[in-house]
Amino acid sequence: MTDLLAAQTSLPDLVTFLIAGCAVVLGALGVILMRNPVHSALSMIMTLFAVAVLFIEQDAQFLAAVQVIVYAGAIVVLFLFVIMLLGVDKRENLAKDQLRGQRPLAFLAVLVIFVEVLALSNGKWASGAKATVLSTSSPGSNVVQLAKSIFTTYLLPFEATSVLLIIAVVGAVVLVRRSDLKPGHAVEETEDLETESEMK
Amino acid sequence: MNSTVVFTLMLLPLAGSVFNMAFGRRLKRPFAGVIASLIVVASFVLAVVTWLDLLAKPSNQRVFDFTLFNWISSGSLHLNVGAYVDPLSVTMILFVTGISSLIHIYSIGYMSHDERFSTFFMYLNLFVFAMLVLVLSDNFVFTFLGWEGVGATSYWLIAFWFERPTAAAAGKKAFIVNRIGDFGYLTAVFLLFNYLGSLSYMKVFGSVGQLSHGTVTAIALLFFVGAVGKSAQLPLFVWLVDAMEGPTPVSALIHAATMVTAGVYLMARISPILHLSAGVGTLIAFVGVITAFVAAMAATSQTDIKKVLAYSTVSQLGYMFLGIGTGQYVAAIFLMVTHAFYKALLFLGAGSVIHGLHDEQNIKKMGALRKLMPTTAVTFIVAWLSIAGLPPFSGFWSKGDVLAGAYQKSPILWVIGAVTAMLTAYYMGREVYLVFFGKQRFDPAAKVHESTKVMTIPLIVLAILSVFGGALDLPVSDKFRFLENWLTPVFGNALAPSSMSSLSRLTLGAMDGVFAIVGIGVASALWIRSSSRPGIEPRFLASGWGIDGFYDRAIARSSTKLSESFATVVEVKVIDRATMSMGALVGLAGKYLRKVQSGYIRNYALYISIGAIVILGYFVTRAGA
Amino acid sequence: MTVPGSWYLILSALLFSLGALGFFIRRNILIMFMSLELMLNAVNLTFVTFSRMLGDIGGQTVVFFVLVVAAAEVVVGLGLIVAIFRRRSSATADDLSIFRG
Repeated sequence: MTDLLAAQTSLPDLVTFLIAGCAVVLGALGVILMRNPVHSALSMIMTLFAVAVLFIEQDAQFLAAVQVIVYAGAIVVLFLFVIMLLGVDKRENLAKDQLRGQRPLAFLAVLVIFVEVLALSNGKWASGAKATVLSTSSPGSNVVQLAKSIFTTYLLPFEATSVLLIIAVVGAVVLVRRSDLKPGHAVEETEDLETESEMK
Repeated sequence: MNSTVVFTLMLLPLAGSVFNMAFGRRLKRPFAGVIASLIVVASFVLAVVTWLDLLAKPSNQRVFDFTLFNWISSGSLHLNVGAYVDPLSVTMILFVTGISSLIHIYSIGYMSHDERFSTFFMYLNLFVFAMLVLVLSDNFVFTFLGWEGVGATSYWLIAFWFERPTAAAAGKKAFIVNRIGDFGYLTAVFLLFNYLGSLSYMKVFGSVGQLSHGTVTAIALLFFVGAVGKSAQLPLFVWLVDAMEGPTPVSALIHAATMVTAGVYLMARISPILHLSAGVGTLIAFVGVITAFVAAMAATSQTDIKKVLAYSTVSQLGYMFLGIGTGQYVAAIFLMVTHAFYKALLFLGAGSVIHGLHDEQNIKKMGALRKLMPTTAVTFIVAWLSIAGLPPFSGFWSKGDVLAGAYQKSPILWVIGAVTAMLTAYYMGREVYLVFFGKQRFDPAAKVHESTKVMTIPLIVLAILSVFGGALDLPVSDKFRFLENWLTPVFGNALAPSSMSSLSRLTLGAMDGVFAIVGIGVASALWIRSSSRPGIEPRFLASGWGIDGFYDRAIARSSTKLSESFATVVEVKVIDRATMSMGALVGLAGKYLRKVQSGYIRNYALYISIGAIVILGYFVTRAGA
Repeated sequence: MTVPGSWYLILSALLFSLGALGFFIRRNILIMFMSLELMLNAVNLTFVTFSRMLGDIGGQTVVFFVLVVAAAEVVVGLGLIVAIFRRRSSATADDLSIFRG
């Protein structure tokens, strides 16, 4: 720890990292410990913002912007929408797990994964081949470099993601659409709902 | 030389069979048969074209090896679907397609009342295809495909009327007995591949000289075992007699003219191998001549019109093997061809009689059919004289060649062969007299009729061939020995050289004629008036020397007992218990393992993470290092 | 100079572990989903860190694609949750256990 501190790390960078890192961990803890889903979602925003900060800290400005716009802006809002829509913002009892052995096993598994990932990040893996796609020291800003990589080497995957997005949109619409618009299914569907509400 | 012609003539019958399989039942009655017949006739025409092509070439350039496609490539084993065209195979395809054409046409009439008319022709075409594969193939494995193909079609056709238990049993018997021969064939092929590394005829015959004497002898013996099974020689001849349960055209085509000669063809084909082991040749000659004698003796006491002919076929095949064993390959092929003519004629004539008498097969209940069925009678008598070896009928010339070769090898062979020749003339005479002469012994109310034209015309054609078939190979001068000149390049030095003076040949020929006349004379004296002479029809011979019964007691019953004990003890206590306990084990495992499937997503995710842990652990401990 | 890459890697390992833990122990489908997003973010952080350590823009490109796929995944996933909720009116994953062996 002291070695690292001594190794020409500038103070502002270190402070930024420590604050953002704490925010990440706290936000994550918030997500998994908050009983109210709305609070969980809000905690997640904290984590996502902090991750965006860490992106900037590592010269990935474009991704940081996207992270804020897409994740914090769109995805979390979507989560909140669904929570509101379904009205599931009731509290969950976290004191006890109904599945026997699930919780201790989960802790054990998570611990092992954590140790293993740490071991891996210290291994030779973290220093593999350099700059196979496009070097970050090549001319142009981060956005230019990223654009070059996406629109040359990864053009085909990029096009594929556009198809994926369309499929996702269509899929979401189909899934969420109330099927009583279809005359054939209408009766069955409503009956189903009626019996369910009766059961309640 | 055009390979397309060769492969077309080979594949046409297959196409015909497939066509009849698909559409045969929807066609009106005669058409399935007409189409099948036309296809075989077309094959015959193409065979003639091939023959003429080959004839135009100089005699030392008449071998062609065509490849249709690569069939099996595995390690050092390379097999093609290919055709080996040489004078021998062309002779075979000519007479196979020729005889098949006639018998197809005949069958249109003979099977006209049968419910499964188109099925019959489907099998028949398939048989012709398999037979053509057998004779045309350019390697031992593709030949085996044809070899088994004719075996399978033979089985289907023997058991064609499977609603009769005897027919079904006869089909099974033919199939099982043939397996013994197949064992020999396959083992020989394995040995060849093991020692020579190739199975194509060209390569095997080119390098067969490298083999040690013992190996060659073993291979030749094993191939002979195969031929014995297929061609119904001692001790495996029992199936052929039972095979008479099949429709008569089948007996004529498969169990007289073509399939059973496959063994002879195989022996002729491997003549370069046989040539290298003299001992096997002697064995073949003796097995052949003894079979000829034993079967001829049995034929003298049969009462079933077809069984006489069946034993006669076994006997004649014995002659062919005698020819092979003495190195007289040309004579054996000559006899095969002429035998195909007159034996097919005899069977078709018998079929005509059976058809006319409404499925009566007992010759003791026939008689005096000469006037009612004139065409059948005349052609049948022609065939009799031909098989008896009366000059100048075809049988005289071919049998004469074989016997002359036998005399050259050993007088003992000749004596047995000559006695058998006499017996042949006698037992066929007995049949002719019992069927066509004497008193009428069948029910007078039965409407006996001569067969229709579609049946009699093949009879007439075959009768003409039986009379003049000898012209293929007349021993008058070298110019007239067409078959010999044609086939000699195939056999080369495997052919035993003729060392006989023309005087001794002439003497032998004259004696053959005398034997035939004696046989015919004895038959006439004994059977022209009488229909029953128990003294010379012992039951022992009627049952085929009791060989069938012996096999039944020695092999069939004990193996049945063994099978029964296996069925009651091993099956129940070992196999059943083993399979049941396997099932119980799986059930037990499932009973406990099903609890793993809790249905909770979180549980499953945990299991997945455990998998991830293992993989990560691998990377940490192994790959990262 | 900024903080060494290994610190970022430790942080992302921690984030990933927390996400996994959340997924294993929470019963609310929505929160499980959020935990999933946390894990994705942890991996994204790793990619960006490696991109900096190795001087290769490729890592960031991958993150770009992960973001797109994550967006698509969230859309479909939430759509599924809504559809399930309509049928069963509960957001608890443990209720959906009809595949019990």
